Amino acid sequence: MSAVATIVGYGLREALRRKVFAVVLLLTLGFLGLYWLANHYVFRDVDDISPPVGIDARTFAGAFMFGLAMFATLFLGVVLAVFLTLGVVRGDAERGLLQPLVVRPVGRSTLLFARWLGAVAVCAPYVGAVYVAAMLITGLTGHWWPDHALVPGLELAAGVAIVAALSLLGSVFLTATANGIAVFMIFGAGLVAGLLGSIGHALNSHTLQHSAKIAAWLIPFEALYQDGLRQITADTTGFTGFLLQLGPFGGAYTGGALLRLWAVAYLVLIGILAVAGFARKDL
Amino acid sequence: MTTALAVRGLEKRYGPVDALAGVHLEVGEGELVGLLGPNGAGKSTLVKIACGLVRPSGGTAQVLDARAGSLEARRRIGYLAELFRFPGWYTAEELLELHQRLTGSEGGAAERRELLELVELTEARGRRVEQMSKGMQQRLGIAQALVGRPPLLLLDEPTSALDPVGRRTVRVLLEELRSRGISVLLNSHLLSEVELVCDRVAILLHGRLVAEGSPSELAQARGVEIETDEGVRVFEGASREDAPRLVAELVNAGRHVYGVHILTSTLEETYLEAVGGETS
Repeated sequence: MSAVATIVGYGLREALRRKVFAVVLLLTLGFLGLYWLANHYVFRDVDDISPPVGIDARTFAGAFMFGLAMFATLFLGVVLAVFLTLGVVRGDAERGLLQPLVVRPVGRSTLLFARWLGAVAVCAPYVGAVYVAAMLITGLTGHWWPDHALVPGLELAAGVAIVAALSLLGSVFLTATANGIAVFMIFGAGLVAGLLGSIGHALNSHTLQHSAKIAAWLIPFEALYQDGLRQITADTTGFTGFLLQLGPFGGAYTGGALLRLWAVAYLVLIGILAVAGFARKDL
Repeated sequence: MTTALAVRGLEKRYGPVDALAGVHLEVGEGELVGLLGPNGAGKSTLVKIACGLVRPSGGTAQVLDARAGSLEARRRIGYLAELFRFPGWYTAEELLELHQRLTGSEGGAAERRELLELVELTEARGRRVEQMSKGMQQRLGIAQALVGRPPLLLLDEPTSALDPVGRRTVRVLLEELRSRGISVLLNSHLLSEVELVCDRVAILLHGRLVAEGSPSELAQARGVEIETDEGVRVFEGASREDAPRLVAELVNAGRHVYGVHILTSTLEETYLEAVGGETS
């Protein structure tokens, strides 16, 4: 246990020293500033809008804006997670940083787990903080609050934890650059699959819906994000609820307890693959 | 003598390349063994298998009766890689503390102080790694390898970045370690250094052990040089055992003998002979 704590501390210190952390913080401040500005103008003008009958303009605007903020939060969290983990094995081994640690009486699985834990210890609070900040901005500016606040935030953090695990797995086999590209491509593919799913539901296309469902189970961080989107308007009914379900920042069709269980199983599976790959790796 | 490292029939293949092709080697307790060979001979691979960084394709490697690479074996070794880097933001003291935690060493501040003193980095204890010269980092690397007082030290080119004074510091340090009963496997290109400090030398070529023995055993007789009143005469091919007879013959022939030198090959000559002048 003390080895895990030591390596988590090592990872945290590395995270704080990396320029990416400062860059992400700056980007976050920039995003939150712009997000506040957007909310300010949207909700200033929302009362002057005359929407079609049955649509609550304020609810629609709030849910849409906050859905957008959730996407940005996920993206920033993923950037942080990927940059903290993309070179943990092969990248660090090529730079000669890994060997002095691996020869110590610490299991390779312990080392991987601790590095993942270190990344999650940075990314999860970060995602939580940005999520809460965005929610406060929308709530205080537009007087709209999500139907469920806690679970979507936890699901975003869990999604980022899954991406961190995928990035760690990639780091066992790929160079840091190749791994970064691969993980961002997977992330992009997941988002595209989610959007296609929304379009599929809007058009009632079973093929698109089926493809999106398969993608969601293959890369559950996207499904968790979609489930979070669903949760923020879970109690919104009527035509407003229907419109929000069409997406892209307000509805989803994959979720529930099974998804969360699968996300946990997926993490374990990724962990097993990463440990097996690392155990066989010559350094 | 207890065996600190026992390598038997060790093989390692990287695709079609045999990095190690059945190497047998032992490092006894308190023994300092030098590993020589041209680039690509398999020296670093052998060291990496011994410390668990690389998996062997065949044969066995045991560290004090524990399988090399096992947690038990890793508790008993200290290792300095040929190409290593420490996080630049750690100070010397913090880096040693990190490795103390990872090894479970209870030496605390006293151990850190002793190690930094041993590698002459006491003054740099608060300096960050990124502010150190390559030579200082290499000495710090040796100090981290010694954390937890491992009975076996595996050093892969530990003096490659050191100036002559730094190399001398390491040489003295190695002698000090031997006096403490620590076994050392030293992989180095610096033949003079190996000759000076090692009890035994093993020469690898194409993954095979081509010569092994103490530096004096490996040194071959080249002849006897005798200084007489007629000048210096060299008896090529003669050995140490021939010297009294040669002196007696010269004296009987009325020559005055002022000095006798037994000529032997240097480790460098032995090495060049063993590897056939091969380089990578």
